[in-house]
Amino acid sequence: MTSIPSRESELERIVLAPLRRTSKQFYVVLAGLSLVVLLGAAALANQWRLGLGVTGLNRPVYWGVYITNFVFFIGISHAGTLISAILRVTQAEWRRPITRIAEAITFFALIIGMLQVWIDMGRPERIIFPFIFGRFQSPFLWDFTCVGVYFMSSMLYLYLPLVPDLARLRDRMTDAPRWRHWLYTVMSFGWHGNAEQHRRLEIAIGIMAIVIIPVAVSVHTVVSWIFGMTMQPMWHSTILGPYFVVGAIFSGIAMLFLFMTLLRRAWHLELWIGEKQYNYLGILLLVMSAFWGYFTLAEFLTTGYSTITNETAVFHAKLLGEYAPAFWAMVTANLVIPFAVLMRRQGRKPLGTFIAALSVIIGMWIERFLIVAPSLTRPSLGFMPAVYTPSLTEVAITAGSFALFALLFLLFFKVFPAISVWEVEEGQAVEAVRQKARELAHEGAQPALRS
Amino acid sequence: MTRWGMVIDLDKCVACQSCTAACRMENNTPVAGKNQADMGRTILWNEVLPLANSESPDASEMLIPRPCMHCDDPPCVKVCPVQATYRTDEGVVLINYDRCIGCRFCTVACPFQVRYFNWFEPEWPEALKAHLNPDPEVAPRPRGVVEKCTFCVQRLRKARETAQAEGRPFSATDYVPACVETCTAHARYFGDLDDPNSLVSQLAASPRAFRLQEEMGTKPKVYYLKQG
Ligand code: SF4
Ligand code: SF4
Repeated sequence: MTSIPSRESELERIVLAPLRRTSKQFYVVLAGLSLVVLLGAAALANQWRLGLGVTGLNRPVYWGVYITNFVFFIGISHAGTLISAILRVTQAEWRRPITRIAEAITFFALIIGMLQVWIDMGRPERIIFPFIFGRFQSPFLWDFTCVGVYFMSSMLYLYLPLVPDLARLRDRMTDAPRWRHWLYTVMSFGWHGNAEQHRRLEIAIGIMAIVIIPVAVSVHTVVSWIFGMTMQPMWHSTILGPYFVVGAIFSGIAMLFLFMTLLRRAWHLELWIGEKQYNYLGILLLVMSAFWGYFTLAEFLTTGYSTITNETAVFHAKLLGEYAPAFWAMVTANLVIPFAVLMRRQGRKPLGTFIAALSVIIGMWIERFLIVAPSLTRPSLGFMPAVYTPSLTEVAITAGSFALFALLFLLFFKVFPAISVWEVEEGQAVEAVRQKARELAHEGAQPALRS
Repeated sequence: MTRWGMVIDLDKCVACQSCTAACRMENNTPVAGKNQADMGRTILWNEVLPLANSESPDASEMLIPRPCMHCDDPPCVKVCPVQATYRTDEGVVLINYDRCIGCRFCTVACPFQVRYFNWFEPEWPEALKAHLNPDPEVAPRPRGVVEKCTFCVQRLRKARETAQAEGRPFSATDYVPACVETCTAHARYFGDLDDPNSLVSQLAASPRAFRLQEEMGTKPKVYYLKQG
C-alpha cells in the first residue's frame, strides 16, 4: 500500500462519499425505477404467455418498437467506449473525469440492446439456435458476432481502468459491508500500484482503446445492414452504415450528457465535472448534429429527387404523410434545438446541454423508429398501405427497458466510483509538471526582469 | 433435375378465390377471426391481391393470385439466422418449424409478402376443426413461427409414395398443389420448368408470360400470363 497516502485527498473524499452514505432520494429513485421495471417485466411475461399478438405488429409491419429499441440502445452504446477511446488515444486531458461514466453507459446500453432482440423473438426459448445452427450469410449472425465482441471488449475496457480504483476501495472502505469489501478485494486482483503493474495496465488500456474503435464502428454498421441488405424501399441504401454510426455517436454523446449531469448533481461531482467537459462535449454534440443533418439531407434528397415509385411512396409517407409529425419533430429535436442551444457558449452549460441532450435522445429514438416502420408500411409489391400502432405492451416493455437501463447505471455507481480517481490524479500530476515547465521556461526567458 | 414451377393465366382467372379456400383446407392455416383480420394478421398462403396495373393507361387494378414465388435466388433463405428456411434440390422453399426462432427477418426480406407469422396459438371453430387435414406434414404450426406456401410438399411426398407402391417411376405429372387442382377456371398450371416438353415450361416461354417484380432478381418460379 505504499502508493496510497494514508490521508484521503479531497477528490477521494468527494468521489467515495456517495458510496458510503445513502440518501433518502436514492431510495425513492430506486423504488420508482424498480416499479417501472416490474411493470415492463409483467408485460413481457404476458407476451411470452400469449404470443407476439399482444403487440401492434402485423403483416407487413413485422418489426416495430422492439427493433427500434434495439437499434437505439446499440446506438447509445457508442457513447462511452468510442468517445472515451478516441479521447484517450488523442490524449484529451479533459476526458479524465467522465470516461468511467461513458464506459458504463456503453456496457449497460449493450445489455438492454441485446435484450430487445430476445424480446422481439417469436420463440424466445430458441435463443441458443443461432449459435448452433447459425447461417453466416444472415446479417443477424454478423450482428451476434460483432455485438458479442463489442460486449466483451467494452466489459474489459470498463474493468481495466477500474482496477486501481478497486484497490483503493479495498484499502479505504474497510468499513463497507462484508460482501462489498470482498467484491473490491477479489476484483482488484492484487493490485498494489507498483511501477510494473502500472506499466502493464497502461499497455493493456492502450491496446484496448485502439482495438475498440473499429469494433464499435463495425457494430453499428452491421446493425444497419440488417436493413440495408434487404430490398425494402429506403432500407436498401449504401449510406445506411455510416448514417447509423453517425447517429449512434450523436445519441451516445447525448446520453452521456444526460447521465453525467444527473450523476454530477446527485453525487456532488461539480468540482470535477465542470465547464471544460460541458464546453468541449457540447461542441462535439453540435458537430455530430451537423453530420447527422448532412447525412439525412443526402439520404432524403437522393430518394426524393428520384422517381422510383417504391422509394418515393415511403419518402412521401415520412415527409408529408402519416409520419410527417414524427419526421418534423425529429428534425426539430436533432437539428434545430441543439443548434439553437449549443451555438452560444452560454448554452454549453449543464442546463443548456441537458435540454439539448434530452431533445437529441428523443429525436434519435424517433429517427430509429422512422427507419424501421415506414418502409414496412409501403411494401414494394404495392397493395394497401398498412398501419402500425404500438400496443400498450410495447409501451410498457419500452418504459421498463429504459428504467432498467437507468437502474443498472445507478446501482453500478452506488458500488463503484463515478470518477476514475487514479486517472484524475494522474491528470493532476501531468498538469503540475506542465505548470512547472511553463514557470521554468518563463524564468529562462526573462532572467533580467527577475533580478 | 426437376424444378417445380407454376403458371397462372390471368385471362382465365375469375378471382373466385377457390384457390385460397383450397389451400387453407389442405394446409391447415388457422382462422384469424375478425379482430385479427382487421389488424392484418390473417394467414393465407395463397391470396388474391388487388395490384395496381402499371401497364394499363387507366391505372386499373389487376387481381393477382399470389402463392409463394419459390424464388430460385430467395432472399428469405439468405437472411435466416438459423437455416430454418431452406431451398430443396427441386427448387421448393420450405421452413423448418422446429427450428424457426420467430425473428421475422425473412418476412421483411421477402419482396412478395408471402410469409406469415403465428401471432397467437392457432385456433379453429369447432366445425372446422373436425376437417383438419390429418397429414402430419401439415400439422398446425405452433405460435411464434413463420409459415408460408410450400407448393403442397406433402402431396409431392404422397405422389412419390404412390408411384413407388405401384411399382412405376414417378412422373412430374403425378402431382399438383391443391390450388391448381381446385382452380375453377383452370387458370393454373403446375409442373417441371426444366422439362422443355412440359406445359409449364412452354407457357413460361410464351410472350404473354411475366413474373412479379422481376427486377428484384430473385428469379421467381411462378409465372403469370398477361391479361387481355
Ligand atoms: S416469394 Fe418470398 S418467401 Fe417465397 S421464395 Fe421468394 S423470397 Fe422466399
Ligand atoms: S422467422 Fe424463422 S424462418 Fe424467418 S428468418 Fe427468422 S428464424 Fe428464419
